[in-house]
Amino acid sequence: MAETTLTLNGQTVAFQPGQTILEVARGAGVEIPTLCWMKDTLPTGSCRVCVVEVEGARTLLPACATQAAANQVIMTESPRVAAARRMVLELALASGNHNCLICEANGECELQALAYRYQVPFPAFATPPDQPYYFEDNNSMIVRDFSKCIMCGRCVRGCCERQVNDAIAIGYRGSHNKIVAKADKTYIESDCVFCGECVQSCPVGALLDKNALGRGRAWERTPVRTTCPYCGVGCQLEVQVKDDRIVKISGADLEPNHGRLCVKGRFGWHYVHHPERLTTPLLRKNGELTPVSWEEALDFVAGRLKDLKEKYGPEQIGGWCSARITNEENYLMQKFMRAVIGTNHVDHCARL
Amino acid sequence: MTNSIGELEDAECILVIGSNTNENHPVVAARIKRAVRFRGANLIVADPRRQDLVKFAKLYLRQYPGTDIALINGMMHVIIRDNLYDAAYVAERTENFEALKQTVAAYTPERASQISGVPAADIEAAARLYAQARVASIVYCMGITQHTVGTDNVKTLANLAMLCGNVGVWGGGVNPLRGQNNVQGACDMGGLPNVFSGYQPVTDEAARKKMEAAWGVSSLPAWVGKTMTDMVPAIGAGEMKALYIIGENPALSDPDADHAIKAMQKLELLVVQDIFLTETGKLAHVVLPAATSYEKDGTFTNTERRVARVRRCVPPLPGCKPDWQIISELSTRMGYPMTYASPEEIFEEIRKVTPSYAGITYQRLEAGGIQWPCPTEEHPGTVFLHKDRFARGLGMFFPVEHKDPAEMPDADYPLYLTTGRLLYQYHTGTMSRRAPGLVEKAPECRVEMAAADAQRLGIADGDRVRVRSRRGEIIARAQISPKAVAGTVFIPFHFAEAAANKLTNAALDPVCRIPEYKVCAVQVQKA
Ligand code: SF4
Ligand code: SF4
Repeated sequence: MAETTLTLNGQTVAFQPGQTILEVARGAGVEIPTLCWMKDTLPTGSCRVCVVEVEGARTLLPACATQAAANQVIMTESPRVAAARRMVLELALASGNHNCLICEANGECELQALAYRYQVPFPAFATPPDQPYYFEDNNSMIVRDFSKCIMCGRCVRGCCERQVNDAIAIGYRGSHNKIVAKADKTYIESDCVFCGECVQSCPVGALLDKNALGRGRAWERTPVRTTCPYCGVGCQLEVQVKDDRIVKISGADLEPNHGRLCVKGRFGWHYVHHPERLTTPLLRKNGELTPVSWEEALDFVAGRLKDLKEKYGPEQIGGWCSARITNEENYLMQKFMRAVIGTNHVDHCARL
Repeated sequence: MTNSIGELEDAECILVIGSNTNENHPVVAARIKRAVRFRGANLIVADPRRQDLVKFAKLYLRQYPGTDIALINGMMHVIIRDNLYDAAYVAERTENFEALKQTVAAYTPERASQISGVPAADIEAAARLYAQARVASIVYCMGITQHTVGTDNVKTLANLAMLCGNVGVWGGGVNPLRGQNNVQGACDMGGLPNVFSGYQPVTDEAARKKMEAAWGVSSLPAWVGKTMTDMVPAIGAGEMKALYIIGENPALSDPDADHAIKAMQKLELLVVQDIFLTETGKLAHVVLPAATSYEKDGTFTNTERRVARVRRCVPPLPGCKPDWQIISELSTRMGYPMTYASPEEIFEEIRKVTPSYAGITYQRLEAGGIQWPCPTEEHPGTVFLHKDRFARGLGMFFPVEHKDPAEMPDADYPLYLTTGRLLYQYHTGTMSRRAPGLVEKAPECRVEMAAADAQRLGIADGDRVRVRSRRGEIIARAQISPKAVAGTVFIPFHFAEAAANKLTNAALDPVCRIPEYKVCAVQVQKA
């Protein structure tokens, strides 16, 4: 493809036709801030945080929705750009109840980070209106707090473009607009399938993982990357951990899911900390399963397996691997059955 | 899968058959729906249930349960008749085309329609959509394999893909979606009665010698073992005396579950290793508490052959041990010491004896998963299989004929029953039924039925109904749903209190021994 060049903050930069100014800048290592832009969705240019100054253009242009052109001269942080961004951010902050002190998103909020970067003072005209903001807490997975919503539309594009679940949209045009689930019902009454993409898309604290509320902010948690324990898609997870407990789970930006998850992967982890988990070996004594030590349980199993192998031969002993244990464990199990017991009666539930 | 999940967005046509992708593999469904919405791909959904993905389909084919072969053979009939197949590909890369041609000649759209219930015009249209796409993908799941003709179903899909030159190309392929997260890995690692890891046959002397040397043992058994579905009846008949089960719950998941429970009770030793006390654990002589995958290190292999890391996020609950430690300690006690210090050490051994995993290391996996075959550390992994040649050289057409399911509806049991999973639950519910959100969305078993059937039987939405088959009965609430099609009821198998597998038929596919979960005959009455 033909390469062309433009000037970015005084540097000559090559680009491919069809690229947006944002893409060219990111490729060149120049960070242009964004709010409404999101990977794998169509840019809307609606938040106007990414505006840049292009020589000869009458107005500032949104970098995410403007195609790069040959010989453009672009400034990404000129005083005019910074002033415009400050204004946009001030309006966003004034549009709701942005009290960072008690917000779940404190520390990972993109609006907060930009307000800091551009030193936007807390807007003097930000007083809560008479009308209370919409607040929804009638399901056990997602909380919607519209006192924080900045109408960037990312949740809608996450739902309709990244997941294609089509459960939410921007409703009520004009100044009354608001994110609505079908017929402006609550999530639980709507077509929402609780994939949680909208929560992961939200740059502020308007859509929240209910399980994580009050259980630690970004800097108090440790992220661990792992693989989903449910279906065979094998989505890559980022598990947020605090004090040896899972706080919440998000999708990692890797193959095969690139951030997406379904309801099971995101909200189905409670079994790990469940009080009914087995925590001691059980041995049947007088007909009853009775708690015993690991020593006793393993000695018993090893002894019985040896006896039965001697008495009936290895052909009368079987072992089942599992789709829910790791490769290493499956390998070890078949090795144990084949090399130690001497049987090929080894299988797992692939068929079921 | 022959191809990768990400490639689906580049397919021009996608045929989804026997897979309720939107509920069972939602993140794959997202890629399919994106292909339709943003890339203009033509989606064909063939399924006895009008599932959610149908909303995105150009064509919805509603075949009777167990008639996939007739449907696909009918499509191939049209493709060959109208010369829509990839003649160059067929000539260069395949063999036995004449036999296929002969077999499908008998499946005129009219005859295929008679067997499958799909209108002949739709079979013609589907054939054209699939064959005329530059590249087309086939996605299938248990709706194809859980039949007495499961193996033949898979062959017929492979025939269709090869006929149109869709195997070994980006965006194409024949793509089974694995139901449970590490089914692929369990197979790869030799969790099967006939092979060691990497599908090296136990009957092959060289493979045995290699394993004997690696493991420091002599005379590994050379006979092919029994599958799970054959072990259960063997136990029932007193031919097997001891069973060591990890992470499975046959008392709920087995076809004809009542029969499985009776068999388990005959064992002289039943050891169950799991994270909860399951229905099967309650029958055991010994129960060993294992750690969850969030509590240990290791790897899983997903449905597209991608090996990815499992990392310890939290320590094991006090009293539990990771499965690899339990097996090691047991082995040591039986006189064969296993002294692995970490899962990584086990993985290093796997690499040595498993050619397709040889190039994968924990170090490399830090950057993300790698798809096998990956023979060397320099190899990038394999995104799609059969690129320039098939494993056996030429791709072989295996023509297959339609056979009726083992059990068909009749006067006494007039409805088809098909079973499966819900979006909000997983397998026997051991994990998913402990998450408040999942329980909130899917609290109990519902018998999904069409309005027409319900009306005829005097059943209203939410009524308690008794579902009976030749093997057993369950009681659950009815759910009248637009997804159901008249004549077929659907029951999810997650719920112990209404275990769908009390009803299902244990009839097995003769080759791969998969039970026919997807079709049996039942009667439904108001309870
Ligand atoms: S949870 Fe998923 S389906 Fe529901 S509104 Fe959010 S993105 Fe859409
Ligand atoms: S998040 Fe959902 S789709 Fe992804 S692996 Fe887990 S269960 Fe499967």
